[in-house]
Amino acid sequence: MAEIRVQNLRKAFGAFVAVQDSNFVVEDGEFFVMLGPSGCGKTTTLRMIAGLELPTGGKILLGGEDVTMRRARERDIAFVFQLFALYPHMNVRKNIGFPLLAQGMASAEIRERVEETAKLLRIDHLLDKSVSGLAGGDRQRVALGRAIVRRPKCFLMDEPLGTLDTEFRDLMVHELRELHNRIHATTVYVTHDQMEAMSMADKIAVMNHGVIEQFGTPREIYDRPATMFVADFIGSPPMNFLKFGGGLAKGAKEIVVQGAKVAVPEVREDVAPADMALGIRPEHIRFDDGSRLRGAIYGTEYLGTTQIVAVETADGIIKARVPAGIHLSPGEQVGLALSSARLSLFEKGTGRAVRTAMYDQAAEARHG
Amino acid sequence: MSLTTAHSVVAPSSNAKLIAGTIIIAYALISIVPLLWIFATSFKTPPDSIAYPPKIVFQPSIEGYCNLFTTRTRQTPEYINSLGPATGFCDETVRKRNMVIAGPSNFLPRFVNSLIIAFGSTFCAVFLGTLSAYGFSRFKVPLADDLLFFILSTRFMPPIAVAIPIYLMYRELGLSDTALGMILLYTAVNVSLAVWLLKGFIDEIPREYEEAAMIDGYTRLQAFWRTVLPQATTGIAATAIFCLIFAWNEYAFAALLTSGTAQTAPPFIPTIIGEGGQDWPAVAAGTTIFLVPILVFTILLRKQLLRGITFGAVRK
Repeated sequence: MAEIRVQNLRKAFGAFVAVQDSNFVVEDGEFFVMLGPSGCGKTTTLRMIAGLELPTGGKILLGGEDVTMRRARERDIAFVFQLFALYPHMNVRKNIGFPLLAQGMASAEIRERVEETAKLLRIDHLLDKSVSGLAGGDRQRVALGRAIVRRPKCFLMDEPLGTLDTEFRDLMVHELRELHNRIHATTVYVTHDQMEAMSMADKIAVMNHGVIEQFGTPREIYDRPATMFVADFIGSPPMNFLKFGGGLAKGAKEIVVQGAKVAVPEVREDVAPADMALGIRPEHIRFDDGSRLRGAIYGTEYLGTTQIVAVETADGIIKARVPAGIHLSPGEQVGLALSSARLSLFEKGTGRAVRTAMYDQAAEARHG
Repeated sequence: MSLTTAHSVVAPSSNAKLIAGTIIIAYALISIVPLLWIFATSFKTPPDSIAYPPKIVFQPSIEGYCNLFTTRTRQTPEYINSLGPATGFCDETVRKRNMVIAGPSNFLPRFVNSLIIAFGSTFCAVFLGTLSAYGFSRFKVPLADDLLFFILSTRFMPPIAVAIPIYLMYRELGLSDTALGMILLYTAVNVSLAVWLLKGFIDEIPREYEEAAMIDGYTRLQAFWRTVLPQATTGIAATAIFCLIFAWNEYAFAALLTSGTAQTAPPFIPTIIGEGGQDWPAVAAGTTIFLVPILVFTILLRKQLLRGITFGAVRK
């Protein structure tokens, strides 16, 4: 296993820049997820790490070695494709053993390694079946088997659960993470599904338009989104934004939104007057008749233990996650109380998050 | 049909099936009758073959096959009587007509020429076609669309339209009446078909297969050989049949460019007619034997052919 270091990686297809100066480090044994909407450059980045695309600029280091211009077969990595790419003309055993055959390994040893791998993935009973008859989850396991059988430096996975049914998907998310915990393989996993990313990743890079918007643990990304895009992309329902104007002075602890004073984490930088947005996660909203921030109930979505309540405010609809027990009827006027310590502030123009005490705490915690 | 039985809107009705079946059987009969007639004629004696009204029931004879494979000379009965006893059935049959076998005919070498040229050119066309199609399918080829159009444009006119320039070129190059020349010619005609057909097949094979193999330690050529080729067999088989049928049946170029050593069976068979009267059984025997290789090849690959023809109509 090895660490993956990506430096100023760039890829352009003609005039279109797919990946812009990406930098990140996947530490040895880490489960790293690249998350973003389709066309954001995450798959291109993965393919460059694999050696299936050559970068326009930048470097890729695998275990300290520069592999940027090396051929895929010389990199000692394994790749799991979205469509699995199981060879239909071979049975399960041959599919899993295929990478070992390339190394010229003796057939007895291949047999042993394939069986060992199949046991690990609990597919040893399928070894002599044809791959075309397998169910989605089993195909996925065979594809994984083909990846781990060689014990490569790292695993690259391109939306491997994308084509599975929801039922299998949840199962495989669990299995993948469990497998990772057992073999501690450095893994780069590409997905557009935030639930997969949040539940499996040690670290996440959120990408948009070829740029890494934020790099951090799932918790950091959820609690302290670096940009409005990240805040909007992560979370279901996503973060609410309420606009407010004017600049911010260093040390400010309060802002005015729709005529109501809202306490926020202490601002740690001066911000010139501009259009701003206050970011609130749905679960950080409570109903409080004393609050001056008001709205009318628009609709509710019952989820069992909680409910998502859409509230129409002067600045559009915002969604709150509140206990399911509260009874609300459409049109009802409510006051909204926000959890001050958990609010984010954004510059609307750039989408950048303003430095506040909340973000600094995280940085301090990381460096300390 | 009772109200309780659900009936499919897409399944054909029994009337439609009946009509379709009748048409298919009629078409099959129309197609097969000439072939059966040729086959029957090959087992007739020369007088039976030109009998009027035509004989449907007759005493089978292999005289046609004897005549096909031999050359004969007419001799006086005295001379024939002076010979020893006939050595075989053919010998005996021929002597009854006051002839003796002078030697083997050219049919066998011509037939072998046909085999070499047709299978050789089919192999070349499919080989080149597979590689080109793979290249067009997987790599960024500069001007790929224009090149593909150019390749297709070689089929815009019947190949025979360029017969005279090719005749002159071949004469200059010393390719006239050589198997190599004919293989090159048929390959050139077929390769455009092969590229287009195979490109369609290879486009349908996800490139992830090769990418997976290349990541797993194989070179591109190995990946192509081990993952693309096995999955392209259907397309390759279908393409091979089309190429073989053309090369096997081609008459015009063969008649123009071959006369001796490299002559193929199609221009040779009609020449049988001229040798010693209109020997229809021998012609029919030649035609029957000529049909065998393509029949065997098509039967062997018929599954692929069927899948090849309907390919792309329904996604797997």
